[in-house]
Amino acid sequence: MSFPKVIRGRAWKFGANIDTDQIIPAKYAIYSLDEKELGKHAMEGVPGREGWSAGVAQGDILVGGSNFGCGSSREIAPVAIRGAGISLVIADSYARIFFRNAINMGYPILQSPQAAEGVDEGNELEVDLEEGIVRNFTKGDEYRCEAFPTFMNELLHMGGLVPWVRQRLEERRRVATARG
Amino acid sequence: MGMTMTEKILARGAGRDSVRPGDLVLAKVDFAMGHDLTIPPASKIMREQMGAEKIWDPDRVAVTQDHFQPAKDAASATLGRLTREFSRDMGIKWYFEVGQGGICHTVLPENGLVLPGELVVGADSHSCTYGALNNFATGIGSTDLACVFALGELWFRVPETLKFVYHNRLKEWVEAKDLILYVIGQIGVDGARSKAMEHTGEALRHIDMEARLTMTNMAIEAGAKNGIMEFDEVTKEYLDGRAKRPYTPVTSDPDAEYEKVLEFDAEKVELGVARPMSPDNYSPLSEVAGTKLDQVFIGSCTNSRITDLRRAAAVLDGHKVAPGVRLIITPSSHQVAIQAEKEGLIGIFLASGAAWTTATCGACLGGHMGVLGEGEVCLSTTNRNFPGRMGHPKALVYLSNPAVAAASAVAGVITHPKEVLKKMPAGIA
Repeated sequence: MSFPKVIRGRAWKFGANIDTDQIIPAKYAIYSLDEKELGKHAMEGVPGREGWSAGVAQGDILVGGSNFGCGSSREIAPVAIRGAGISLVIADSYARIFFRNAINMGYPILQSPQAAEGVDEGNELEVDLEEGIVRNFTKGDEYRCEAFPTFMNELLHMGGLVPWVRQRLEERRRVATARG
Repeated sequence: MGMTMTEKILARGAGRDSVRPGDLVLAKVDFAMGHDLTIPPASKIMREQMGAEKIWDPDRVAVTQDHFQPAKDAASATLGRLTREFSRDMGIKWYFEVGQGGICHTVLPENGLVLPGELVVGADSHSCTYGALNNFATGIGSTDLACVFALGELWFRVPETLKFVYHNRLKEWVEAKDLILYVIGQIGVDGARSKAMEHTGEALRHIDMEARLTMTNMAIEAGAKNGIMEFDEVTKEYLDGRAKRPYTPVTSDPDAEYEKVLEFDAEKVELGVARPMSPDNYSPLSEVAGTKLDQVFIGSCTNSRITDLRRAAAVLDGHKVAPGVRLIITPSSHQVAIQAEKEGLIGIFLASGAAWTTATCGACLGGHMGVLGEGEVCLSTTNRNFPGRMGHPKALVYLSNPAVAAASAVAGVITHPKEVLKKMPAGIA
């Protein structure tokens, strides 16, 4: 899986402390193995956002406030957002398990208090993932993103934890074979 | 430079002499847990995507059937089956079937599976609960769990530690739940985001292990990576005859560095609730007393262990649930249910008009057996009251301790337990 350099899309704006039960209500956990079905119900627990995913165009960008994704550890939260067609999440800050889960999935997320503050719903954005810059075409603004530690960037760029584990398993097998 | 308990455990897991906050480490895991919602995806990721055929150590893994089990519908039955088959195929030693386990965060401590000094991960956010037993325990996702299953290790960012010192003792009626709700109210749902919460101080020496588990359970409601407590006589007594492995307690060095030290006078903490729709919406009980209720729920990994049920029963004994209110009591484990039966608590609950259920996460996450409808108001001993947590996004959930919940079920409105019971009997207060 190649990691994109630039992502363009329309912004959907959410507030602070959006928890995982709002991102994907627990009752849909029965669809844990079905990303598309989860996507249909993404964000529907946020008051006023019932039926939200039907309006999402493939590639749109979700912009959240502080502590985005707090609550449960269920990985279906970032999976549902991806399943809805969102190409990238930008937030003021993330709850740690949501953050880990996204990185582990190789799903691009960015942290930018400037963007979380400046972007309005419907703004056209272009995100340069390598430079860590968000350009807002609607407003003519530019926002900087926080840099992630090197290891997290590496994980993201190689496609997440799955290829990383595969590599380590192969190394272990090679060592075991060499030892006979 | 000294280290905190959290730093020491992560350093040992990483095979290093020392670590500092912000370090990224690859650390060996001592024990891992998953359940019926997180095992099926972890199983698929591990076997189909990572290409691992077996798990690193089947003796160091526990699996519970607790979230949507006993199966609430056909799709949940499939998740239950996948969880069961994976546990069998991998030879997982600590598999807890419906009717034999209960909620993971009660089952693991009561079976002596999570021990002092250990590095524990669970594919459930409330895995931070175990830290009351002097270990580093944190919630992870299913891809993380698949990684642990395949390799026995996982990446961690060493957290900064916030030290919480509780002076003096809690007042009559005030419980560990009130204290942690108060603390979260002070620092906010992101007040400890990605950090370690180290709890210490005189007040903790006077509360039992179950009350301590209630406090570390809610570390995640402050956004923390883990909650951790010191090892003392209470810890030792709880683990004697229970611990399944030898263990080595860990202490913070006197010169350990804390990002911040927060001090509280436990004696000044009032009986309280978290008002809708956030766990940091703390309010003294006096400000919400009289709020009309549709449902009262006593359950969850936070507040449905045997000591919680004893206090609820003491309040309910000889009383009836108010007309127009339903009281649902869900023990947090099968062992808790057996003990409640021995002590005659179940008879008290049934006589009061409460619905007594099997051990499950159930209503806490709006799963089954007590899901709330639009506009309904619930007082709950659980941990989260974000919109939609227990059902409809427009249902209103207040969080409280079990004695307040029981008294409020009797009154039909949010009520101080002293309105129903003159004094909590000695030994269970």
